[in-house]
Amino acid sequence: MNIQEFLTIFISAVFVYNVILSRFLGLCSFIAISKETKPALAMSSAVMFVIVASSAITWFVYRFLLLPFGLTYLRTISFILVIATFVQLVEMVIRKVSPQLYRAFGIYLPLITVNCAVLGVAVLNIDMFFANGKAVAGSFYYSVFQGVCVGLGYTLAMLLMSGIRERLEFCNVPKALKDFPLAFIIASILSLSFMGFSGFKF
Amino acid sequence: MMEILIAILVLGFLGLLFGVGLAIASKKLAVQINPKLEEVQHLLPGSNCGACGNPGCFGFAENLLAGKTALDSCRVCGDEIKEKIAKVMGVALEKQTKKIATLHCNGGRGVKDKYLYNGIDDCISASLVLGGPKSCVSACIGFGTCVKACLFGAISMSTEALPLVDKIKCRSCNKCVLACPKKLFSLVSVTYPVYVGCSSHDSGREVKNVCPVGCIACKLCEKACKFDAIAVLDNLAVIDYHKCTSCQECVKVCPAKTIGIRE
Repeated sequence: MNIQEFLTIFISAVFVYNVILSRFLGLCSFIAISKETKPALAMSSAVMFVIVASSAITWFVYRFLLLPFGLTYLRTISFILVIATFVQLVEMVIRKVSPQLYRAFGIYLPLITVNCAVLGVAVLNIDMFFANGKAVAGSFYYSVFQGVCVGLGYTLAMLLMSGIRERLEFCNVPKALKDFPLAFIIASILSLSFMGFSGFKF
Repeated sequence: MMEILIAILVLGFLGLLFGVGLAIASKKLAVQINPKLEEVQHLLPGSNCGACGNPGCFGFAENLLAGKTALDSCRVCGDEIKEKIAKVMGVALEKQTKKIATLHCNGGRGVKDKYLYNGIDDCISASLVLGGPKSCVSACIGFGTCVKACLFGAISMSTEALPLVDKIKCRSCNKCVLACPKKLFSLVSVTYPVYVGCSSHDSGREVKNVCPVGCIACKLCEKACKFDAIAVLDNLAVIDYHKCTSCQECVKVCPAKTIGIRE
């Protein structure tokens, strides 16, 4: 566990392997909620929170439940169970504590349950920080930190996309390209530019 | 065999744990909601236009049940829906006639251009440049900012580059009235078909120079009206809808066809 390791995780999760633009995870929310900056930010913060918390919980589930019993092949279904339960719980807590925040999140919170970025990070953590059926030293901190960084990467991609699409509202766009077609083209160009961080591999 | 059993046990345990946890949480964190609230919210249009002055339809439903706002202030839902809501609330409904947005400009392409505008396709930005590309300061610019503002798709641009309001789709939410930089829209009750298609306060000669259908303040309508309902104020005919009987005398005499009848 050292600074260098954390820095590597940060750079790779935010830029080189950006969850949306390089790993292509969580694309549905990336396209659907990136029309304006404000909802995009709200969605990003919600996703970030869920990713961080779920990477912590899934680490515990994997380390203390799945590994000892030799059930590593069950990780996908159990992680989905964890994420869905957690999101449900968060929704209840927010509803009780702050109805305003609950209303602001609206549809986004349940949407996160089925956001593959969350599951993707959980699985990625296991792949990266467990070796030979054992947790790497400090792997819990790595996992949580990777969750934070992936959340940051998600926020970055959402902000870039929503900023561009907000400005596009004022442009004369050919009718056939209006809205989603253009969004796809922009997403691909953004993705290409993020590929530049790692270089092309064929 | 053992492996399968362990797998089932572990996953079952996990599921049971989460299930019980959620069940307890839902009991502990339950929020008391007025059952009427959901019903009322379900009936509301859900367009969140804000015309009633509340933060969206949910805010309207909340304030309605709290007695802070009147059912009538929702301009979007029709009488049928309002009656249903009134039934849920257990109160009688006071009726109000429907209003539709009306454009007070018939200029369109007939108005002379002041300059060639080449910029963002938006009335607000166009109006920032010398009051818009039209020679008449009060003329409809025709870039359709109202079309974008309409939440119900009730406004479309005609071939004359003037916004057309669909009588049935219009929900009198006031969005176009607020969106128009020239303030050309107003809400007029459906029972009054007569309207003045001009907003220019310029003198008759100035209007005549730039627009074939603008109000030239000739006062013929004022003389023709038997009910004292129309008057030329500050070079523009204005209808007092409290007095108007829709006899359409003013429409017949208007030389520039400024006063018209809504389709």
